[in-house]
Amino acid sequence: MSLRIPCPHCGQRPIEEFAHGEVPAVPESITDHDHRDLDLAFMRDNTEGVVTERWFHTDGCRRWLTLRRNTKDDEVLGST
Amino acid sequence: MNEFVERRISLSWTPPRSSYDVVIVGGGGHGLATAYYLATRHGVTNVAVLERSYIGAGNSGRNTTIIRANYGIPAAVRFYQHSVDLFATLEQETDRSILHKQKGLLWLAHTGPGARAERARAELNTAFGAQTEYVEPEDIGRICPQLDLSGGGVWPVTGGSYHYGGATARHDRVVWAYAEGAMRRGVHVHQRTAVTGLMRQGDRVTGVVTDAGPISAGVVLSAVGGHVTSLAVKAGLRLPIRTHPLQAFVTSPYAQGFAPIVSSAGLMFYASQTAKGEMLLGAEIDRQPSYSYNSSYHFLQTCAHRAQTLLPFLRQLRILRQWTGVCDMTPDYSPIMSATPVAGFYLTTGWGTWGFKAIPAGGEQMAELIATGNTPALIAPFSLDRFARDRTLADRGSAGTH
Repeated sequence: MSLRIPCPHCGQRPIEEFAHGEVPAVPESITDHDHRDLDLAFMRDNTEGVVTERWFHTDGCRRWLTLRRNTKDDEVLGST
Repeated sequence: MNEFVERRISLSWTPPRSSYDVVIVGGGGHGLATAYYLATRHGVTNVAVLERSYIGAGNSGRNTTIIRANYGIPAAVRFYQHSVDLFATLEQETDRSILHKQKGLLWLAHTGPGARAERARAELNTAFGAQTEYVEPEDIGRICPQLDLSGGGVWPVTGGSYHYGGATARHDRVVWAYAEGAMRRGVHVHQRTAVTGLMRQGDRVTGVVTDAGPISAGVVLSAVGGHVTSLAVKAGLRLPIRTHPLQAFVTSPYAQGFAPIVSSAGLMFYASQTAKGEMLLGAEIDRQPSYSYNSSYHFLQTCAHRAQTLLPFLRQLRILRQWTGVCDMTPDYSPIMSATPVAGFYLTTGWGTWGFKAIPAGGEQMAELIATGNTPALIAPFSLDRFARDRTLADRGSAGTH
């Protein structure tokens, strides 16, 4: 079984119907403008644990949703 | 004794010392190869390799063992060709069988523009040392008679590039060969030893904290696969890495010999035959960033469907095993082999889906970097600061598959 995403509009749908929308977050501790741009463009938290992320339901309702997922085991914790 | 029954490897396990000249985090191919070349090429033997599980448990044991150099940019073609050359002589050098077999690699195109891209790839590869030839469909039929050149009527083969150096080797044999060679020369390998932190003094890394206690080190190299981001954070570094799962599977043995490695970028799959006759297939990375080793039925279904379009004989085989590794993907699909802004801390990472083939050259070059302090010309383009210098190495030829 592939990973399923609970879409608030369409219900449980396979992950292949969705596109991952990356939300890069630049740490507050970086203050230099060029350094912030570099971080925004390339550097990632790459979190090992629970993440809050955006997915777009490309092959469904074509709306964005917010998903909470544990990247250690792909357990889905909820969506809005 | 035959080539499939390996003679006993002799590894001598020792308790960890409190201090080493070099501590390598990660006992996979890259970490062990670096230790091996430090010992053999530079006489640096006060080295420890720390592995949280058993050696080769990570991506070195989860890849699809393809060795090739037909990449898309000059720096990568040069580097991977050097690795292809080192692989070809690794059995003699280490006196161990790694089941290395040169079999050629066919990269197929299914459209007119795709065929032109393969023509360009062949020119670029050959110009920078990786002998590759453009081949017409009739040549392709001779090289690999099992291919359905009509692609089931949907994916016709319009041309391709044939990369002579394409090869495979047995992944765990490579890990053991480097481990044994390094340990015989005095390198320590500590399994079941997880690194939980880095010791720092000012802006310098001075050692590692492990679950067996602290170990100080002149140099710490991260040869970690999959979990490098959280180690680098402990040194105060943020990395341009996203970790994605990659799946693969093998079938029951195919009675005939299947000569080349076959890749189709259009259909996004690749296939080769293992030494035992099984067909080994893989596709692209999973879409979600994740550290999970979960496998999915969806992957099996789509990959098998695509593969049997071109290789109809696969329909008669059964799937035996499926597995997953986690790949450190860089934004430009090229690796990072580099010193860092943090003194005493080095990185070999970003090995995405292309790490196995790079084990010999990556290890050799990182050993030179660590032993001499100078970045060898072959890996200078792959430095971590290339992102800040706007010198990224976008490589279409690595493609996030193999």
